[in-house]
Amino acid sequence: MTAEPFKRDGLAGLEEAEFVKGRSLWQDARRRLFSNKAAVASMIFLAIVVLMAVLAPLLSPWAFDDPDWGYDFPGPPNLELKHWFGTDGNGRDLFVRTLYGARISLLVGIIATSVSLLIGVTYGATAGFIGGRTDNIMMRIVDILYSLPFMFFVILLMVIFGRNIFLIFVALGAVEWLTMARIVRGQALSVKKKEFIEAAHAVGVSGAKIITRHIIPNVLGPVIVYMTLTIPQVILTESFLSFLGLGVQEPLTSWGVLISEGAKQMESAPWMLIFPALFLAVTLFCFNFIGDGLRDALDPKDR
Amino acid sequence: MLAYAIRRLLSAIPTLFIIITLAFFMMRLAPGGPFDREKQLPPEIEANILRAYNLDKPVHEQYFDYLKNILKGDFGPSYKYLDFTVTDLIMTGFPVSLRLGLYAIVLAVIFGVSAGTIAALKQNSTFDYLVMGFAMTGIVIPNFVMAPLLALIFGVYLSLLPVAGWGGGALKYQILPVITLALPQIAYIARLTRGSMVEVMNSNFIRTARAKGLAEKTVVVRHALRGGLLPVVSYLGPATAAVITGSVVIESIFDVPGIGRYFVNGALNRDYPVVMGVVIFYAVLIIVLNLLVDLVYGFLDPRVKVE
Amino acid sequence: MLLDIQHLTTSFDTPEGEVCAVNDVSLQIDPGQCLGVVGESGSGKTQVFMSMMGLLAKNGKSEGAVYFEGRQILGLETSELNQLRGVELSMIFQDPMTSLNPYLRISRQMTEVLMEHRGTSHKQAIATSIEMLNLVGIPEAEKRFRMYPHEFSGGMRQRAMIAMALLCEPKLLIADEPTTALDVTVQAQILELIAGLGKKMNMATVLITHDLGVIAGLSDRVAVMYGGRVVEEASVIELFKSPQHPYSKGLLESMPRLDTSSEVALHAIAGQPPDLQALPAGCSFEPRCIYAFERCRREIPDLRASGENRVKACHLEKIP
Repeated sequence: MTAEPFKRDGLAGLEEAEFVKGRSLWQDARRRLFSNKAAVASMIFLAIVVLMAVLAPLLSPWAFDDPDWGYDFPGPPNLELKHWFGTDGNGRDLFVRTLYGARISLLVGIIATSVSLLIGVTYGATAGFIGGRTDNIMMRIVDILYSLPFMFFVILLMVIFGRNIFLIFVALGAVEWLTMARIVRGQALSVKKKEFIEAAHAVGVSGAKIITRHIIPNVLGPVIVYMTLTIPQVILTESFLSFLGLGVQEPLTSWGVLISEGAKQMESAPWMLIFPALFLAVTLFCFNFIGDGLRDALDPKDR
Repeated sequence: MLAYAIRRLLSAIPTLFIIITLAFFMMRLAPGGPFDREKQLPPEIEANILRAYNLDKPVHEQYFDYLKNILKGDFGPSYKYLDFTVTDLIMTGFPVSLRLGLYAIVLAVIFGVSAGTIAALKQNSTFDYLVMGFAMTGIVIPNFVMAPLLALIFGVYLSLLPVAGWGGGALKYQILPVITLALPQIAYIARLTRGSMVEVMNSNFIRTARAKGLAEKTVVVRHALRGGLLPVVSYLGPATAAVITGSVVIESIFDVPGIGRYFVNGALNRDYPVVMGVVIFYAVLIIVLNLLVDLVYGFLDPRVKVE
Repeated sequence: MLLDIQHLTTSFDTPEGEVCAVNDVSLQIDPGQCLGVVGESGSGKTQVFMSMMGLLAKNGKSEGAVYFEGRQILGLETSELNQLRGVELSMIFQDPMTSLNPYLRISRQMTEVLMEHRGTSHKQAIATSIEMLNLVGIPEAEKRFRMYPHEFSGGMRQRAMIAMALLCEPKLLIADEPTTALDVTVQAQILELIAGLGKKMNMATVLITHDLGVIAGLSDRVAVMYGGRVVEEASVIELFKSPQHPYSKGLLESMPRLDTSSEVALHAIAGQPPDLQALPAGCSFEPRCIYAFERCRREIPDLRASGENRVKACHLEKIP
């Protein structure tokens, strides 16, 4: 028996067999995402809604604040007059108003989420990187803020400072950044510990490079998922505010406002409630399906 | 255990402090006040009113007065309901809101846990998909959409239930508000329970229980549920907060005379003391309830017991 | 014969296709005997007994037959199987921390076995359980009895599991890697405990492990498994003295020994365990076998006698 009894020629074939073509995380994720039927359908739906919102003026002969004096106030859907969704209590075409409402609701969703992203990422990254006592204090603040009933504060803000749309962006964004901060800080901490950062540092790779090449790809996943799930939250909150009468002001309109108006006229003009409610519900569903799909795609264990 | 409770209560104080301070200063910054009328009032009357509401003192004195008063349970007078203090309003509305909220949570736990557990045991069956589909709907569709829709179906089309109102608390007036409040929580708890039970049923100690030859029912009820329901217990804290938030809308839509409705009216009428009082009241409630939930959780999970 | 496993085949339905974890396995155990089942992860050694005990995952299915005391038990209804599990047939698992219910006291987890199977009164069940805890060597049994699993050390937990499994004095105890998750110092104690109790209670035991050293002092017979099949079965002495399957030989030679000089490199069997979804047409060990010849690639070797009371699955007549 030689010292290495089980080595032989012909084992070379084994080495080849071992090599499985490595797939990058993103390719894998993309494949998983696109095989998720609910997510794909949602993306298509959402794209349609966005398109309709953008092209609103082209899709209807009616202006969104122009009463149709020749028709009932409110009037049911009427195909000849091109009131696809009917008219509201002031004679305005509901289809156009729903689409304009879509613009506001979606805009609020995206901008407020971006605001929360900005605040959250900055805060979280700073806390994670500085670490130590500063990190502890910063996270303690997050914990305290987390337990506050934010809804009430937003309402308070609206009451006090008036219903400026920019204030709405900021207020809503300011409410949602906490979880983002936690996520980013967690990632920053774990990345900070990784040896290759030290190695890169030792070799002299600049801080900025470390951030872009190592940290951002790691953080991007959860951040994207979180954003996709935050947008519907924000849209929901804005609708909630508008429904109560504390959200966007005339002449702007959003789905929350429309639903509020529709609820009041529910018994005599149910279409006023049903169409905006449908749009809101479907949009929220879509975002949620996409968010879930993304989360499964990026981390399939997390079911 | 006692030490833990005390520690938690103490750590809640800075939170409360921040809330009260924030609310107070926001209120002071706001334009308008107890006499936001169209007419301009003669200066002496204005001065009198200011003095009556203590608004003539310097801000920091007002602040400490406010703090002191809060400790006595006095949130000041309402700006709009001139004969009532905020505390009066809260005390009137609280029993109503409490009833609705309690019913909602009880319903949510009963239905949510049952549906979720059965769905978990029959994973990937039709029942499972139905339950999860319903859960998704309940979670995503906002309550201010659900409420009018349910009122439309049951109140207008089917004429089974009153569309709004409180009727002095008669049962049929409570049904829609309670159900609308409960639905999102039923949905969330069902999903939570299902996920947790699926995980527990796949764990090693369930395998051991089966290997011991225990009947499947015993395995589920005695071994699985105990651990599987812990996340639901944890969730009860946020659930109550959600029900409280939800009640704001529900009470407005169904015209139920609870705290939520006073709050919304207060917000629309710029009745700041009411708004602030309600915010603080609810904040305290949420903090105390969260603490209770944590304590209960500590009782139920033996690994946490040893503090 | 106490246990007779006949041509057991177990496969799992996975998203990547069907995986055959146990491939035509046959084993026999006599009363009071200790059988060691050795193999790498993925060899199917655990799944053989999971199938038998009805503990397969939802996507698994089994074919073949398992006779316990002459009665066919594979695929029995759960209610009937529950009359055997924990009573005549017991199984203990690898990781005692996750295998015990963290939310219930040890007392509960023990008395329920007696109360459910034997209809014992609560008081009597407590007494018997404490006795058993003493038997497995847990100090201060009465005090420990009321504790939760996380209050026990690793070794004590495994002892508690053993106690639980023996409460109804089963005829067969299956121990799936009982010491793998434990400290080296504790391992020997637990193994001796199992073997000792086996002898004392005239209970057959199956020791599933990947570590030949564990088998050495304790088992009467050994079955070596590879790629879902039994490749060799013999008495312990025979196997250690003259292994007849190249894999068994490799295993034995890769065991580090006290008397080996530290300068000599550790042997290892080159290559990887087989991909159960892409098993070769012939012998599954062939890619790693230095004795392989043409027939090995073509034809799966059957188990055949390789001496008195031993079998192997190899085309070679005898290992040189």
